[in-house]
Amino acid sequence: MANTTIERSTEGDIQHSDLLDAYRLMLLIRRLEESVYKAFHEAKIGGYLHRYDGMEALVAGIIPQLNFPGDYVLSTYRDHAHALAVGTPAREIMAELMGRATGCAAGKGGSMHLTDPERGFLGGDGIVGGPVPISLGVGYALKYRKQGGVCVCYFGDGAMNQGGVHESLNMVGLYKVPVLYVLENNKYAMGTSVERSTSQPDFVLKAKAHGIDGELVDGMDVLKVREAASRALKHIRETGEAYFLEITCYRYVGHGIGDDNTKAWKTYRDENEVDEWRQRDPIANLYRYLEENNLITREQSDKMDEEIKAEVAEAVRFADESPEPPLDSLYENVYS
Amino acid sequence: MATMRYQQAIRLAMTEEMERDPNVYILGEEVGQYQGTYRVTEGMLQKFGPERVVDTPISEIGIAGMATGSAMVGLRPVAEFMTWSFALEAMDQLVNHAAKITYMSGGRIQCPVVFRGPAGVGTQLSAQHSQSMESWYAHTPGFKVVMPAFPDDAKGLLKTAIRENNPVIFMEHAGLYGVQGDVPDDTEFLVPFGQAKIRREGTHCTLVAYSRGVHICLKAAEALAKEGIECEVVDLRTLVPLDTETILTSVRKTHHAVVMHEEWKNVGFGAELSARIHEGAFDDLDAPVERVGGADVPMPYAKNLERAAIPTDADVIAAVKKTLA
Ligand SMILES: Cc1ncc(C[n+]2csc(CCOP(=O)(O)OP(=O)(O)O)c2C)c(N)n1
Ligand SMILES: [Mg+2]
Repeated sequence: MANTTIERSTEGDIQHSDLLDAYRLMLLIRRLEESVYKAFHEAKIGGYLHRYDGMEALVAGIIPQLNFPGDYVLSTYRDHAHALAVGTPAREIMAELMGRATGCAAGKGGSMHLTDPERGFLGGDGIVGGPVPISLGVGYALKYRKQGGVCVCYFGDGAMNQGGVHESLNMVGLYKVPVLYVLENNKYAMGTSVERSTSQPDFVLKAKAHGIDGELVDGMDVLKVREAASRALKHIRETGEAYFLEITCYRYVGHGIGDDNTKAWKTYRDENEVDEWRQRDPIANLYRYLEENNLITREQSDKMDEEIKAEVAEAVRFADESPEPPLDSLYENVYS
Repeated sequence: MATMRYQQAIRLAMTEEMERDPNVYILGEEVGQYQGTYRVTEGMLQKFGPERVVDTPISEIGIAGMATGSAMVGLRPVAEFMTWSFALEAMDQLVNHAAKITYMSGGRIQCPVVFRGPAGVGTQLSAQHSQSMESWYAHTPGFKVVMPAFPDDAKGLLKTAIRENNPVIFMEHAGLYGVQGDVPDDTEFLVPFGQAKIRREGTHCTLVAYSRGVHICLKAAEALAKEGIECEVVDLRTLVPLDTETILTSVRKTHHAVVMHEEWKNVGFGAELSARIHEGAFDDLDAPVERVGGADVPMPYAKNLERAAIPTDADVIAAVKKTLA
């Protein structure tokens, strides 16, 4: 990420500046997500709205290791973080959330359909399991063109129970295409826990049943995510074969705005559980590591946070001031 | 008689039928412990237990197959799709299995299953979640297709659906769940399929609609009445079977007709309605039938574009004036 005010560590120590970038990205995701409910309650945002708070490491530990153009990302409707990570400016995301002409999908898509193909982001998908069959095709095209490139496909624990997911994983294993699967195991699909929905909850085993190798990763620790993803990406780039990361994490807020409004989430989890996971916060974890290694001070972190909050506020202002899409765009883009 | 919301009327219908017939069970995503995504099934798990209120994974093919298969051997499942948009995942089980098994078996197998859930457009849910697709099902022989507009009909039609020996597509409207109305407490209150209802009488133009379209047409009719134009509003209640006679009788009186729905206009149900009116009452028409439907685009997210894509009472008024001009 650009414009962090913290001094880059010295030459050869690239990893340290990467970690500062990851820290900044995670903070940006958190602050942007924290701002969206307010905009919803002010009726600036409509539709469904799904936040990524608590899951930031899954994006910050992986997407910055990709190369654009060349690599691709697919995600679910919980997609604000993925767009930020590929480099879509916060203002274009906020403008899309507010349905403005300046949004990254011209106001046509909204929160669930952020898109930035020039930066490799093929979009969020509102249908559970939907990105997985698409990833097979993207992976096949990468293999077909023989120019390298990896597709990273994010999907949820609940999505693993979709028929199309298994058809596609079998074909991925069969045709050997370069896709990195990131199963965002946040324990719940809406109000249904993995235990209540899944007869075999070992997701890595399921990938292996389709001929795709994989491993389980702790998603509350971005260092572990980075390390596993780095190995996985190397493996995919070298062999051309897919790899599967089941990454454990937790969503701090309700499934979507509806689930939070009504506190319906109390039907499936209690506040203690949420608090316990918040104790393992990925951003706080990384901060501790950076501080222990003299890579950041509290002051520097606070300053970064202020900059990020200003960036988010500016994004909201930009969206507020942007025009709605022109009415005659209604019939545009049905066909290209 | 009790006053209740559309959503409560649906719950009441399921509850009464489950109390009456042990073969009835419900299944779907978040119908139990979570108390229903739209609270339609609230309290039912507590009342009937997990064997009769089955929480499923996000597996629409599995849901449709489980419902269809268990209906083929005598149960009467009521499967909820969280929204009808997600039923697209299950299209093969629905169209190629549930709808056809009776015919393919030469009538030897019955399939008494109800598929229900919210349909309809609006609230900026955008392209994948905001769409109405009743014509897909009405087009398929073997389904009965039900789309209630009011709470009493929601109860009476759903009870009929559960007792029906054929697969029923029961499409609710998320935008109507909060609508209040008087609902008979009678546990034998059944609304028969294939009987449209005149919601407002008029002499100048017939408006044909269903689901939320009925409310939109009633609003238009009220506004038009102030200008001296009296519309007759026909609420179809079921698309299959279709009560063509009630529509034609009205058109023979008014000599003008506007058909209206929220689904896409192109090849939408209005095309069928228009054709039936032209076939059955051509000589009685003073002008061609007007169609009002959704814009033929995937639903856009932005508020202003969405507003332009969804048909309103203003569109109905304009269509009435055009046909009367
Ligand atoms: C095919 C389909 N069925 C149902 C839904 C409704 N729905 C949206 S998100 C969701 C839960 C998905 O859970 P999971 O895959 O674990 O992802 P998470 O939301 O936890 O990130 C459900 C049931 C949908 N969008 N698509
Ligand atoms: Mg989940």
